[in-house]
Amino acid sequence: MPTINLSTVTPVPCFHCGEPCLDAFVEKDLSFCCSGCRQVYLLLNENDLCVYYDIDSSPGIKAKGNFVSGSFAYLDDEVIIDQLVQFRSEEQMNVTFSLPQMYCSSCIFILENLHRIDAGITHSQAHFERKEVFIRFNPMLISLRKVVELLAFIGYEPRISLEDAGPKEKISFNRRKIAELGVAGFCFSNIMMLSFPEYFSGGEIEQEGLKQTFNWIIFTLSLPVLFFAAKSIFVAAAKGLRQGIINIDAPIALAIIITFARSYYEIISGTGTGYLDSGTGIIFFMLIGRWFQHKTYDALSFDRQYKSYFPLGVTVLRNFKEENIPVTNLKNGEIIVIRNEEMIPADARILEGVALIDYSFVSGEDAPVDKYEGDLVFAGGKQKGGAIQLKLVKEPSQSYITQLWNNDIFSKTKNKEQSFIHPWSRYFTAILFSIALLSACFWAYKDPSKILPVVTAVLIVACPCSLLLSATFTFGNMLRIFGKNKLYLKNASVIESLAKVHHIVFDKTGTITQSGKAQVQFNGDALSAQEQGWVRSAAMHSSHSMSNTLAGFLRRADLTAAAPLQHFTEVAGQGLVADVQGARVALGAASFVKDSPRQSTSASSVVHVNINNSYKGFYEIGNHYRQGIPELARQLQDAKQQLHILSGDNDAERQNLTAMFGAATPLSFQVSPAEKLSYIKELQQQKGGVLMAGDGLNDAGALMQADVGIAVSDDAARFSPACDAIMDGAALGKLAAFISYARVGRQIVMASFILSILYNVVGVSFAVQAKLSPLVAAILMPLSSISIVLLVTLLTSLVARRKNL
Amino acid sequence: MSAIFILIGISLMIAASFLAAFIWSVSSGQYDDDYTPSVRMLFENEPKETNTELKN
Repeated sequence: MPTINLSTVTPVPCFHCGEPCLDAFVEKDLSFCCSGCRQVYLLLNENDLCVYYDIDSSPGIKAKGNFVSGSFAYLDDEVIIDQLVQFRSEEQMNVTFSLPQMYCSSCIFILENLHRIDAGITHSQAHFERKEVFIRFNPMLISLRKVVELLAFIGYEPRISLEDAGPKEKISFNRRKIAELGVAGFCFSNIMMLSFPEYFSGGEIEQEGLKQTFNWIIFTLSLPVLFFAAKSIFVAAAKGLRQGIINIDAPIALAIIITFARSYYEIISGTGTGYLDSGTGIIFFMLIGRWFQHKTYDALSFDRQYKSYFPLGVTVLRNFKEENIPVTNLKNGEIIVIRNEEMIPADARILEGVALIDYSFVSGEDAPVDKYEGDLVFAGGKQKGGAIQLKLVKEPSQSYITQLWNNDIFSKTKNKEQSFIHPWSRYFTAILFSIALLSACFWAYKDPSKILPVVTAVLIVACPCSLLLSATFTFGNMLRIFGKNKLYLKNASVIESLAKVHHIVFDKTGTITQSGKAQVQFNGDALSAQEQGWVRSAAMHSSHSMSNTLAGFLRRADLTAAAPLQHFTEVAGQGLVADVQGARVALGAASFVKDSPRQSTSASSVVHVNINNSYKGFYEIGNHYRQGIPELARQLQDAKQQLHILSGDNDAERQNLTAMFGAATPLSFQVSPAEKLSYIKELQQQKGGVLMAGDGLNDAGALMQADVGIAVSDDAARFSPACDAIMDGAALGKLAAFISYARVGRQIVMASFILSILYNVVGVSFAVQAKLSPLVAAILMPLSSISIVLLVTLLTSLVARRKNL
Repeated sequence: MSAIFILIGISLMIAASFLAAFIWSVSSGQYDDDYTPSVRMLFENEPKETNTELKN
């Protein structure tokens, strides 16, 4: 036990990770919070990598302390190596790991200098936004397992899951989009430049043959735009037509075809210059819009399934020998060994050892549960404590939690509602065709030779591309603003679904409550590790919710096994007294615990601690609901939203929840994952969309079923089940503002649509009189596009500011 | 006066070579990561590290 009273000294931050140093580990005048951090420092120091500490102060990630070297043993398995690496030869292996811990420039530095720590690693390159590192190493000098162990040792344990075993998709799609944009921009600007002489000379270029040369260069430059850059528009239009839907791409594709066909005819026949500058320009603007709207969040994944969470390798016991095999090869009835912090891959029965299973990830239940020999444990639970042996009763894919993924909702792609711009574009097309028909009738009567020029001119000028532009730029800018406020949407159509939401369903644990560290705070003389262990052992035996929270908090602090109690008495509503390892521990209310001079000021839950008749202080168990929840509930109810609470937990919090959400909010407790899904389904029978906010695997079905599934997470880069949007927990209070902002988005698109109709009226009035010259088209097109883009980006930013987003 | 035709040809060739360079840079993956390189270039490279770099 340390003799100095630590509460009087402000603890020095650890040089490596910045956490306060409670026990002193000093090396060369530098303090470290634990021996793990010190060892990492020594390793970096030995390899001249201490620049790591100069880039950011205390950049390190707290070393895990007791590092179990056996936990990566499965990486020695040849089958698993083949599945993980991208390239493999005698002397070289390439592998990419996902490292969610990467957060600063120091991380990039250390990860790109791995070759200085181990000569076997020849090259490593970090991708910060995707939080990945690419490593090339020589398997003759260092094994894959050793590489992973080195990464884990310096604090960057790669996230290797069952999903990594599958084939990896390549990211060439993005490259193609950028190339399309570049080609369209290049050709458009050159065509525009070559058209200027014609416009400025009033159509008559004096130099012999120069006009023809310009026309043929324009002709050549337009080809890559038509056949390469605009390809995606034609593909989207054809896709819609095959499904019997006229989407907005169909009339646009038609307008492009007519524009190019008429221009090519004019150039080849030598009768004119055509409208290729406007035609390529509009394609270029649409590609910019699409690029702007498709803001992707590299580090986030919106379609994870259980495979992303489950471990890749597992230790099995065959013929009394431990073997490492891939989880996919597990058979029913096999015996597996699960160590501390490892996840149970399939439903199983405990054969040997005492299990303390943390289901927080699956059910949202915060306190871990004790399980003994013969008990059934479910897939997705994490073992806390020593190693246990389990006999599988089900295969991984057939387990309780993974069965959720057998639901139909996961096999079909979400039946996305068509954006409202598609039906609008249909009306638009109908009106357009009738105008073309009317003017054709008029000119048939007056001058039949002008029918074709007039009809094509009407179709060229009245293209619904301005509608598409206004939608893409409005929603693109909104996506950015949502992202800035830590709501990351999967794509733009989520904004439209969000605007229609009428029912809002919250999961309790982890969504409106904050799971984890910050809830418990100790005030008083700091307890030694041993004393904390005693308090934990005593608290563990009580069923009171405060004791559970306390025990859970202390278990996170240290991983020593709980000591057995010699004596235990509990007075309901007052506290408990227990004898642990010869010490007497009293926990409870101030009046129950002897000699408590301190009175806590706040009314929140407090557990006073007395060890061996000497008062130590009190644990303050803070309000673990997220900030701003009651205000959020009130705002949402003012906006006529119907709220619902679904919890996998018991109903201990019923009173608190009713106080916050009001009596009109239905509360459901002990809801299974499948029941959550069907609850959402039932709500969808009613009018209005359903928004589900949840976390954890148990909400995965409900998030998938809901019109808008928002995964709430305290660390957006980490775990989140399949969903439409990922929200940082701190942003939950802004949900009401998010929804009303999404509603404004639709009005902005409508406003800009009216503007674009005005431009169209001008353009069509020229066209029906057979007066649409290339010059008029070349002025109207950029003018309308740029003014619409400016209008919608300004409006969306302005509204966001007024809503404090 | 035919100089203008030659000049147009030359200017188009120069422009096309820039387009080709752009397409090459996209397809070689230079636009895949637009953040990490900006950090990487700020790290100090000590001379002795350059040697090991060459060796690798």
